[in-house]
Amino acid sequence: MNAPLIELHELGFAWPGQDELLDIPAFRLEAGETLFLKGPSGSGKTTLLSLLGGVQKPGRGSIRLLGTDLGALSASARDHFRVDHTGYIFQQFNLLPFLSVRENVELPCHFSRLRAQRARQRHGSVDKAAASLLAHLGLKEELLTRRADSLSIGQQQRVAAARALIGQPELVIADEPTSALDADAREAFLRLLFAECREAGASLLFVSHDQSLAPLFDRSLSLAELNRASRPVEA
Amino acid sequence: MYLLRLALASLANRRFTALLTVFAIALSVTLLLAVERVRTEARASFASTISGTDLIVGARSGSVNLLLYSVFRIGNATNNIRWDSFEHFAQHRQVKWAIPISLGDSHRGYRVMGTSAAYFEHYRYGRGQPLEIAQGRQFEQDPFEVVLGAEVAETLGYGLGEEIVLAHGVATVSLVKHDDKPFKVVGILKRTGTPVDRTLHISLAGMEALHVDWQNGVPARGAGKVSAEQARHMDLQPKAITAFMLGLNSKIATFAVQREINDYRGEPLLAILPGVALQELWGLMGTAEKALLVVSWFVVLTGLIGMLTAILTSLNERRREMAILRSVGARPWHIAGLLVLEAFALTLAGVLLGLALLYLGIALAQGYVQVQYGLYLPLAVPSRYEWALLGAILGAALLIGSVPAWRAYRQSLADGLSIRL
Repeated sequence: MNAPLIELHELGFAWPGQDELLDIPAFRLEAGETLFLKGPSGSGKTTLLSLLGGVQKPGRGSIRLLGTDLGALSASARDHFRVDHTGYIFQQFNLLPFLSVRENVELPCHFSRLRAQRARQRHGSVDKAAASLLAHLGLKEELLTRRADSLSIGQQQRVAAARALIGQPELVIADEPTSALDADAREAFLRLLFAECREAGASLLFVSHDQSLAPLFDRSLSLAELNRASRPVEA
Repeated sequence: MYLLRLALASLANRRFTALLTVFAIALSVTLLLAVERVRTEARASFASTISGTDLIVGARSGSVNLLLYSVFRIGNATNNIRWDSFEHFAQHRQVKWAIPISLGDSHRGYRVMGTSAAYFEHYRYGRGQPLEIAQGRQFEQDPFEVVLGAEVAETLGYGLGEEIVLAHGVATVSLVKHDDKPFKVVGILKRTGTPVDRTLHISLAGMEALHVDWQNGVPARGAGKVSAEQARHMDLQPKAITAFMLGLNSKIATFAVQREINDYRGEPLLAILPGVALQELWGLMGTAEKALLVVSWFVVLTGLIGMLTAILTSLNERRREMAILRSVGARPWHIAGLLVLEAFALTLAGVLLGLALLYLGIALAQGYVQVQYGLYLPLAVPSRYEWALLGAILGAALLIGSVPAWRAYRQSLADGLSIRL
């Protein structure tokens, strides 16, 4: 069996002067796996994503991404590592409103040589990679040159997905990407996202409080179960 | 560079504030450069008002006063000096040439100066340039001939052959006119950019003829009156003049001759070195000029602080923009660089627009300033000093831009990849 994509071991983290917020003995995400992580607000979800993104360093224990111990890297090396191997989709307003749709999608390739290189290898050029991803996600070509904020929310989230996937990062982290979409759009968006992740061979870590989406994923976990430090959360 | 593209796109998104900021900076840059240019030109034209003259001699008063009335035609002499004093020093063995000056009359606000042919021969301005006649000739035998400075001719629209009436005294509106003895324009000088342009030159004989029938400072009446024709046949040798200029055989003798004049027993005289007096005079005006420069620097500072305020205010609204950039791989120093670039781009645009406004302003105002103030503002490329000023402004912009850059750097480290709604 291949090495896991993410492996947490005895991870502990506390904000300065506060009680330990995260205490995760073990967690794994396999390569190519899609995982639904249920995380109500206040459960330490955002902090966990910061740790996985290398923005914060764990207080104790280790985070391994593709076998690399993030805690052992410098802040700048973690930044590099993140953009090389991880794509992000957030809740909404993911895009830089003043850039065109195409430029938004190409953003990671300007900051990661590895992803620009992969995009070129696969599609010939970064431009073509962006156009092809957007086409797969059902966005018409005439939208490419439009300003990002002229698109509907649903379209914007698909642009964000294309941006997360360009240059084939091994991991896509989605944080409540569908909360601003209505139920039909939500499922449609997820299906497109799954298809593209599969095509790119990326794992998907999907964090949401909306349990109804869980059955669509390979596996489903609750952060509250995972995290020994979690306190009872107010409903 | 991609960061620049991002900075410009982000600025374009806030174009209204950005344009206002650029405009504020541009205006301050224009003001600074305009003040600087006027200052430089004023100083240069001031220093080149007179040259080649070693000593100016007048009745004993202050050196600045003497310089003002003899060269700048401002103010009045406290006293006249006797003709024989002039002759005494004109024949001094160290003296190469001497120009007598007689002042006191005017024409429509312009001063009239009585002098001799030596004036056209020896007077120098700028870098030793002589006076040149643009039209006609210099005054000759007839006492009622006048040679006009370029500005006088242009502003009053006088041509050769015109008959003009001089007025007694130097007030713009003069009550006593020498209307019984009109003068004929025989020559017009080329423009010099000095007070010469604003002067009407007549011969000493002409000056004498105007006042030949005056008694105790008032014109004669009735039988005592002398007509122009009668005056032509009288002895018009002046008894007194206002001042004179000397050129010496050797510069080394200047101080000795000066001492000799100041110690002259015949009457109290004052001899000054024009260069020294010019510096003294400029020193008086220098304070105002420096104050102006300080004020314009503060205006530039205000413009830059305005920019700082605009950028700092935008930071909070742009936390999301920063977080998005972080999530697509921008390092914190990219974020900081973005803000420094933004400040630099705004200021650069301001400086360029400011330069454009300056040249537009000079092109529009050049003629007016020349006519009104005798100041020639060249449409020249910025001097090395002006480039240094612009460079200093851009440097200050980088420094000021590092303030929001530092804040954004800290902010983006704290916010990480996401902004909580």
